[in-house]
Amino acid sequence: MFRKIAISAVSALSLMTGAATAAEGVVHIEDIPFSFEGPFGTYDEHQLQRGLQVFTEVCSACHGLKFVPIRSLADEGGPHLPADQVRAYAKQFTIVDKDTGEDREGLPTDNFPMNNGAGAPDLSLMAKARAGFHGPYGLGINQLLHGIGGPEYIVNLLHGYTGEEKEEAGNTFYENPVFSTGWIKMPAPLSDGLVEYADGAPNDVKHMAEDVSAFLMWTAEPKLMARKDTGFKAVLFLILLSSLLYLTNKRLWSAVKGPKKH
Amino acid sequence: MAGIPHDHYEPKPGFQTWLHKRLPIVSIAYDTLMLPTPKNLNWMWIWGIVLAFCLGLQIITGIVLVMHYTPHVDLAFSSVEHIMRDVNGGYMLRYLHANGASLFFLAVYLHIFRGLYYGSYKAPREVTWIIGMLIYLAMMATGFMGYVLPWGQMSFWGATVITGLFGAIPGVGPSIQEWLLGGPAVDNATLNRFFSLHYLLPFVIAALVALHIWAFHTTGNNNPTGVEVRRGSKEEAAKDTLPFWPYFVIKDLFALAVVVTIFFAVVGFMPNFLGHPDNYIEANALSTPAHIVPEWYFLPFYAILRAFTADVWIVQLVHFVTFGIVDAKFFGVLAMFGAIAVMALVPWLDTSSVRSGRFRPKFKAWFYLLCIDFVVLMWVGAMPTDGIYPYISLIASTYWFAYFLVILPLLGVLEKPLPQPATIEEDFKSHYADPAE
Repeated sequence: MFRKIAISAVSALSLMTGAATAAEGVVHIEDIPFSFEGPFGTYDEHQLQRGLQVFTEVCSACHGLKFVPIRSLADEGGPHLPADQVRAYAKQFTIVDKDTGEDREGLPTDNFPMNNGAGAPDLSLMAKARAGFHGPYGLGINQLLHGIGGPEYIVNLLHGYTGEEKEEAGNTFYENPVFSTGWIKMPAPLSDGLVEYADGAPNDVKHMAEDVSAFLMWTAEPKLMARKDTGFKAVLFLILLSSLLYLTNKRLWSAVKGPKKH
Repeated sequence: MAGIPHDHYEPKPGFQTWLHKRLPIVSIAYDTLMLPTPKNLNWMWIWGIVLAFCLGLQIITGIVLVMHYTPHVDLAFSSVEHIMRDVNGGYMLRYLHANGASLFFLAVYLHIFRGLYYGSYKAPREVTWIIGMLIYLAMMATGFMGYVLPWGQMSFWGATVITGLFGAIPGVGPSIQEWLLGGPAVDNATLNRFFSLHYLLPFVIAALVALHIWAFHTTGNNNPTGVEVRRGSKEEAAKDTLPFWPYFVIKDLFALAVVVTIFFAVVGFMPNFLGHPDNYIEANALSTPAHIVPEWYFLPFYAILRAFTADVWIVQLVHFVTFGIVDAKFFGVLAMFGAIAVMALVPWLDTSSVRSGRFRPKFKAWFYLLCIDFVVLMWVGAMPTDGIYPYISLIASTYWFAYFLVILPLLGVLEKPLPQPATIEEDFKSHYADPAE
């Protein structure tokens, strides 16, 4: 049996690489200039807060965020909510206490609950688990400026519905060309004006999709800003170090090696 | 150390002599650091230090990652997320480790191709070359097993596919595969043994690196002319060489700093550039990803594995001659390992008496074609197996074997090499003005 698995995996791999590339080629994922892209990009905490609201009021009905601690909503470089709001937010969840085995109100130290009742995937890492684009020429170097395309994939998916639906084996599928198979079990979750933002930001489908995608990028990569900051400092330091070593090397060798003749 | 004559360590009376009589460790360190090094080494000789840096980086970041990682199928994926979210600086540790593997392989490929161009594998450096190939194999095993540890979809299915290769061996294959996996399929036993070996092998690599360095310190470095350092006397040798410290240490450190600058830019600004998005989905034995691809550094050999399908005449011929024992799948596995084997045997396949490619006009063209071939194989290894791609991978794989098995043996006989400089000093003086002038 294990041999069969291996053989089918090898052949599946050869067959499916083709299919996947073909499918990806058909749908164009539209790039969105998110604030957190590029070497100096940062999260917009107001956008993350709006995204959290969309997630809470819409997505969380079926999806979980099991890897995300609720306390991280207060983090700088994240939604940066005040501590009392985070405590209040945590209270809405009912958590089975690990020690007592009994239900209790959620605390900031708990993670967002997992939620796979409807068979919906966990969204903690979704923005990194999907690649929207691989350019130029499949090299993927545009990641440096445009990100990995995961949030773009989510935005495109959220307003990619054609309105067609079909019944299959007792399930309803909705046509969405952005989804890998073209038919997705999730009905179009957003409609214009569905979520009322406190800050009065536009709440049409496009903006809500962008806000929740930005929020999901944060749940997938909460340390993005700290990482870029570290990278920036490291690169600056290393450029300085390289320059000093260049001068040292030049001076050292000048005694034994003259200028190039030709 | 045998080899190039140079000044050795003279212990001063007192503690130095006392220690030297009991453990000549300072002497060994001195001779290693003061090794006479050909003064004409170019910038392709810096990859050794980059590789040493990578090994150190991987071991140090790896040891700290292990403090927070849990090798269990139910916990591995979430422990990696714990590292990324809760461990101080954990996101840097993990991204440095993951991208460090890529830098390691980039450097090793440049190091290997430098050796192939300048004939660094030729007598008397065959042992250095063979040890280097063993290091490369150990690196591939380590890299592959390390990729399994985060227990994402690509980890799981990559492990399934690669261990499946061993299942293709006729007769004993399935038993070997089961032994490797610790069960009938990739599961907790597999994860545990891969974790154990992933921790062990870097130290084996470190030991092999010590042998690698010992071997080339015995023979002396090769250099871009391929002409040997004169060894008649200390004075003569000193005209061709400079001591490793400080000349090459500073040069190598400068080059390393430049490489590491780019490395940190990648880690800081695009750490998932070389990763696969599917590895952010937890492993699921019931769902095969649409697109199983190995890491980029395995792609050339993966392309060779896939190139020899059942409709290639040589596969059919071998199938017929061996009474069906060698089927297309096993042939592909043999070809993949054979591609590395022919590279390991290059000291005995290259018949030319001239070492450096610089003085071999025909060789140069074939060598550059091999470099292009390697890149083409890497590209086609990530492509689907329909349309024109199977033909491209077949042609590219054939060239890989032809280069080592046909072109190199014939070139040594057919090619008329250019005149070589008599000494390294002569070559150096013809390129650089005297600094005194």
